[in-house]
Amino acid sequence: MLQPEASHIEILMIEDNPGDVRLAREGLKRVKALNNFHVAEDGETGLAMLRKEGEHANVPTLDLVLLDLNLPGINGQEVLQQIKGDPELEHIPVIILTSSEAKEDVLRSYKLKANAYITKPVEFLNFMNLMKSLDGFWLTFVKLPRRDA
Amino acid sequence: MSKQQLCRPIEILMIEDNPGDVRLAQEGLKRGKVVNNLRVAEDGETGLAMLRKEGEHAGSASPDLILLDLNLPGMGGREVLAEIKSDPALEHIPVVVLTSSEAEEDILKSYKLKANSYIIKPVEFQKFMDMMKKLDDYWLAFVKLPPNGDL
Repeated sequence: MLQPEASHIEILMIEDNPGDVRLAREGLKRVKALNNFHVAEDGETGLAMLRKEGEHANVPTLDLVLLDLNLPGINGQEVLQQIKGDPELEHIPVIILTSSEAKEDVLRSYKLKANAYITKPVEFLNFMNLMKSLDGFWLTFVKLPRRDA
Repeated sequence: MSKQQLCRPIEILMIEDNPGDVRLAQEGLKRGKVVNNLRVAEDGETGLAMLRKEGEHAGSASPDLILLDLNLPGMGGREVLAEIKSDPALEHIPVVVLTSSEAEEDILKSYKLKANSYIIKPVEFQKFMDMMKKLDDYWLAFVKLPPNGDL
């Protein structure tokens, strides 16, 4: 049940909205599981961090990705497609965290093998509850793939 | 809090041959917040036939979520997972692997086959109930499940 060596879970949030980043950071600070929170403000940077390219060579191997759909540059669905089509990255769970409630976005994301699709709660307390639920499920009960596997 | 906006219960298909685990899941889901229908397939072939509404399963409801054991009689759970995730009519349905296997190879392989999450079955009753509660809280309340026949 414990995650890799009960060490910090490395979470990457690919999100251009600083308000949402702050909410997620705050929510994750309150949870039980130890986590390190990394942020990429666009899809290109997120992919470079996942692939440890160039200046991101020292980014730790990431355990879980929170991905916005509406991003500047390449959009979230393209980022998702790249992650899930890359043999080095495809095993990393990607949770879509977006304001879009459009059914086509939901269906398309699952077809591209998003691990889950969550619409961002608008209210502060609901956002905190979401982070608590993520912690309760993903960081406590779900067995994440091993970092060095 | 529910994001499902459904006026019907969430349909869950559990593919599991161990009646004890089925009972635990039933009990756990009964205690959850979200109204759900749990149906059970005792092996992978039956599970796939239900998903594809083949033969006697023509009237089966499409599930919103699948709980899949790995160690099944006949076709293994990984094979079932591979079939689901490569079938354009089924690939969008979230599959939560619920297994007793702690083997790193099973975990990695399941994620590579695009399992939506991987959970090791808690052995103790209370932990199993806790796990089902978190699963209910997360998958059935927070996660937006794919549209089911109503797109």
